[in-house]
Amino acid sequence: MAPVHKSGPLLSVRDLVVEFPTRRGTLRALDKVSFDIAEGEVLGMVGESGAGKSLTGAAIIGLLEPPGRIAGGEILLRGERIDNLPREKMRRIRGRRIGMVFQDPLTSLNPLYTVAEQLIETIRTHMDVSEKEARKRAVALLDRVGIPAAARRIDDYPHHFSGGMRQRVVIALALAAEPELVIADEPTTALDVSVQAQIIDVLKEICAERGASVMLITHDMGVIAETADRVAVLYAGRLAEIGPVRDVIQAAEHPYTVGLMGSIPTLTQTAERLTQIPGSMPRLDAIQQGCAFNPRCTRAFDRCRVERPDLIARGEERQVACWLYDPAKEAQDV
Amino acid sequence: MLTVYAADAGSDMLAFILRRLVQSVIVMLTVALVAFALFRFVGDPIASMVGQETTLAERAELRDALGLNDPFVVQFGKFVARASTGDFGISYRLQQPVMELILSRLPATLELALVSGVLAFVFGVGFGVYTALRRGNWLSGTIMTASLIGVSLPTFLIGVLLIWVFAVELQWLPSFGRGEVVQVGNWWRTGLLTESGRASLILPAITLGLYQMTLIMRLVRAEMLEVLRTDYIKFARARGLSNRAVHFGHALKNTLVPVITITGLQLGSIIAFSIITETVFQWPGVGALFINSVRFVDVPVMAAYLMLIALVFVVINLVVDLLYYAVDPRLRVDRANARH
Ligand SMILES: Nc1ncnc2c1ncn2[C@@H]1O[C@H](COP(=O)(O)OP(=O)(O)O)[C@@H](O)[C@H]1O
Ligand code: SF4
Ligand SMILES: [Mg+2]
Repeated sequence: MAPVHKSGPLLSVRDLVVEFPTRRGTLRALDKVSFDIAEGEVLGMVGESGAGKSLTGAAIIGLLEPPGRIAGGEILLRGERIDNLPREKMRRIRGRRIGMVFQDPLTSLNPLYTVAEQLIETIRTHMDVSEKEARKRAVALLDRVGIPAAARRIDDYPHHFSGGMRQRVVIALALAAEPELVIADEPTTALDVSVQAQIIDVLKEICAERGASVMLITHDMGVIAETADRVAVLYAGRLAEIGPVRDVIQAAEHPYTVGLMGSIPTLTQTAERLTQIPGSMPRLDAIQQGCAFNPRCTRAFDRCRVERPDLIARGEERQVACWLYDPAKEAQDV
Repeated sequence: MLTVYAADAGSDMLAFILRRLVQSVIVMLTVALVAFALFRFVGDPIASMVGQETTLAERAELRDALGLNDPFVVQFGKFVARASTGDFGISYRLQQPVMELILSRLPATLELALVSGVLAFVFGVGFGVYTALRRGNWLSGTIMTASLIGVSLPTFLIGVLLIWVFAVELQWLPSFGRGEVVQVGNWWRTGLLTESGRASLILPAITLGLYQMTLIMRLVRAEMLEVLRTDYIKFARARGLSNRAVHFGHALKNTLVPVITITGLQLGSIIAFSIITETVFQWPGVGALFINSVRFVDVPVMAAYLMLIALVFVVINLVVDLLYYAVDPRLRVDRANARH
């Protein structure tokens, strides 16, 4: 596998800016987003629809759709920049070092190829193995993600599988070349509630077995609570808060996160949508000056409407982008 | 004409083929009715068969002998029965069995149509894929503009222009006829084996195939762009597959499902529309035969041609549906369920 740098995170996103040039000016969809993912860690990423979660994933894996582009910042994988690699080099990273699971398993698989064909193609793209060996690995992988009678089912076409089974196939495909990082973009949103937990479990278990890190994008705070080590909260293309799941859930600091947590009655109740805060997230062309959350924030004060808060460290592991936690202010308040 | 079948685990190949065969028979009977109506209502068959001096009594006798006084259903039944054995009677004009006439002309038309179809498919798919993948570069723009011209110019005009440039001005290629032909087997006379035969084929084939090519190209481009936006293409990229694998292995294959259908159906139109091209290039095929038969109200030939074209369409439709079935596993007999 890849060289081991015990020090330093697996993935490091620094001040990432993603923009869409449009006729009426440039839209800034991600604005100085920074976070790390440690080796073997599961980072949850939450935020309302349109907050920029999928764009973050697409930027990391190098699949932003034009005209979207990375306009600033850098992305490092084990300390090496991957945001400015030549196309061919980045292609070799996709699948091999960073895997991706998309939302809808019904549309993620090519309907004209059998599962075996798609798995073997993926394995042989990245690994120098024979057709036979690739097939052996493919069967083992399918078996591992929980497809019954994998050796037989592998020659079936995607439409022979149910939604939940197809998402298992998608996970197998994403993991086929043993990536170090898996980005799962709402992997259960399109699935029946009854199979959601199983899919998350399979994903989490296999990644843990292999020591792969996971960036788990979801609407579902329940899933985050049960699965993630740390959680990042995204709002209008900016990071609001990031920290260990336990801390953030039990003692959210950013007023937006506090609102989010208020929207989940209990931690075990899942699938609660993050819409309980009055008002709605601004469109990209209508983000207020200062803190993006200020029009909806009950605790906003003058400074919030003028100056944008950067991430402020709160202890060893937490960071919050809110002026309430400005050390200078706190010093005054005391 | 095209029926789209939903994925249905219960349906099987046999039922599918039977259903299509029944449909085909219905279509053929309908066309036969039209062809039969030609006999009854276009001109008087007796008048076309007898001389000026035949008496009215003799005519009535002949009418009776030919069964023209029988009930409609009986006459139609006899017509269908004879037509299904390839018997369309004698050409009024040429005094030869119609089927013989058509069979002797058919190879010329089929060779022309087939070459046009292959040209249209190869260049149509090639240009379509190119313009979809290289959107916005100047060559794509040029191809797209040229294709617009191809769609909007009438066939005979394209033929005349080609003749003017390549036959009259440049004198590279012959402007009419089929060149030297070689007898192959009992029925087939081919122009493909001689140099002059191949040279003669070029201009008519381009003329006939150009419209279909632009059609296929635009279809391929549109389908390709659509497919490139799908999730499974994004997922294929996210797995690090090469551009070549993504574009040609994944995207193009999905594009081809509808393209095969349309191209197949176009082959029918190519044969039908060869009338114009054959006329412009004096190509000795069934199209030219038909045009002449219309001029002389040679009803048996007209009827036979109509039935022939219908048959071509029906057979092509059937083959295309089966191809569709072969390419798209979702339509196939559910092997997985069968094995369970
Ligand atoms: N092609 C595009 N042009 C302009 N804006 C876009 C485009 N694609 C995405 N966006 C914007 O980027 C923002 C973030 O989108 P996305 O990452 O998909 O959100 P999420 O996954 O959090 O729901 C949205 O506000 C969306 O409007
Ligand atoms: S910075 Fe101000 S407006 Fe923004 S969340 Fe904090 S208190 Fe509210
Ligand atoms: Mg999204």
